[in-house]
Amino acid sequence: MNPSVDALRATFGPAIGRALESCGDTIVYVGRDALLDVMAWLRDTPQQTYDYLVDITAVEYRDRERPLEVVYNLRSLTRRADLRVKVELDPQGDLTVDSVVSLWRGADWLEREVYDMFGIPFRGHPDLRRILMWETYAEGYPLRKDFPLRGRFSRAEQVRQALAAQPEAHYSLEELSIAEAYEELPADMKERLRHGERGRLPDSE
Amino acid sequence: MKRVIESKAVAGQSPNYLLAKLQDLVDWAVNSSRANSLWPMPFGTACCAIEFMATAASRYDFARFGMERQAFSPRQADVLICAGRLPFKLAPVIRRIYDQMPQPKWVISMGACASTGGIFDNYAMVQGIDTIVPVDVYVPGCPPRPEGLLYGVLLLHKKIKGESLFDRVPRRDEQPLDDRGLRLPPEQIDEISEPFGNSIHQFRSA
Repeated sequence: MNPSVDALRATFGPAIGRALESCGDTIVYVGRDALLDVMAWLRDTPQQTYDYLVDITAVEYRDRERPLEVVYNLRSLTRRADLRVKVELDPQGDLTVDSVVSLWRGADWLEREVYDMFGIPFRGHPDLRRILMWETYAEGYPLRKDFPLRGRFSRAEQVRQALAAQPEAHYSLEELSIAEAYEELPADMKERLRHGERGRLPDSE
Repeated sequence: MKRVIESKAVAGQSPNYLLAKLQDLVDWAVNSSRANSLWPMPFGTACCAIEFMATAASRYDFARFGMERQAFSPRQADVLICAGRLPFKLAPVIRRIYDQMPQPKWVISMGACASTGGIFDNYAMVQGIDTIVPVDVYVPGCPPRPEGLLYGVLLLHKKIKGESLFDRVPRRDEQPLDDRGLRLPPEQIDEISEPFGNSIHQFRSA
């Protein structure tokens, strides 16, 4: 068991849930409200120094009784120690989790991916929009268990929506690195970019 | 022109005989030129693109069949080779590339995924690129070996050589999207995209 768990319990008390060891990795469950404090403490305390956020992902189990989990894989590059932090969410209730982008800048796209695939909104994220599916994707969140394998719409409707998409609309002008060249673009491309600078976000389910 | 041909017509034979021969000659010249200098536009999205590269490299070398120059720009390409699966996010991209290619143009769908969606019978994948662009040759395989792609290219040669400039039917029309924004009627797309084989048993059991 990673000694960080005992240190966490001593510092945060009841906000730290159960901890277990799986395949040599330590997993510790953290209350949703304390997440940001715990993460900041894990990163900044000299004995912990978990300076590298390896990955953020989420799990939904087939067992409907089990909660949805957001998983943070942390690593301390200096101490060569790993810690897996999990936050449990009630699938029927509010899924909002605090964003850790303020602690690890690299969490930006990871949280966008979790939002895209599971519909978990991250409070305080600077730019929370879909990252893999296009921004106007309206069928829901593909990795949720209630999402049908082949999507919610008919294939014809999926093809129609896909063909109606403007590929430029997936990106902002800055991402296309043509913001400064905007005046030199052909007129039709200018028009498309004006319409689709940002796609419309679908209504949440 | 026609009068010249008729005046030279041999007695006892239809005056159309020489005209038809002349048309054949023109077709032969044009089609041989087209077939033997196909410039491919590789649209490689997955592992089929690796086999495509092997086909282009020295061992199999499709330059032998006039495909020496790969056009990485649709405006200078003759044949679009879609090598790999096509997600819905790329559908408008391949459609625009196809629209940008000048006539005459052909499309080879390389591999199971490009042709039918393959093992990816899911929410993100186009179930056959023929729902997006018209396809001339389907090459099966997962991925097809270079010999398979070469065979597909040779079949395309055969198809090109069978075309005629003098057909009443415009074979090489643009096939634009209709006012619904689709290439095919919706029922047909649904039918093409239906699960088949093993994937009819694949459902997510929640």
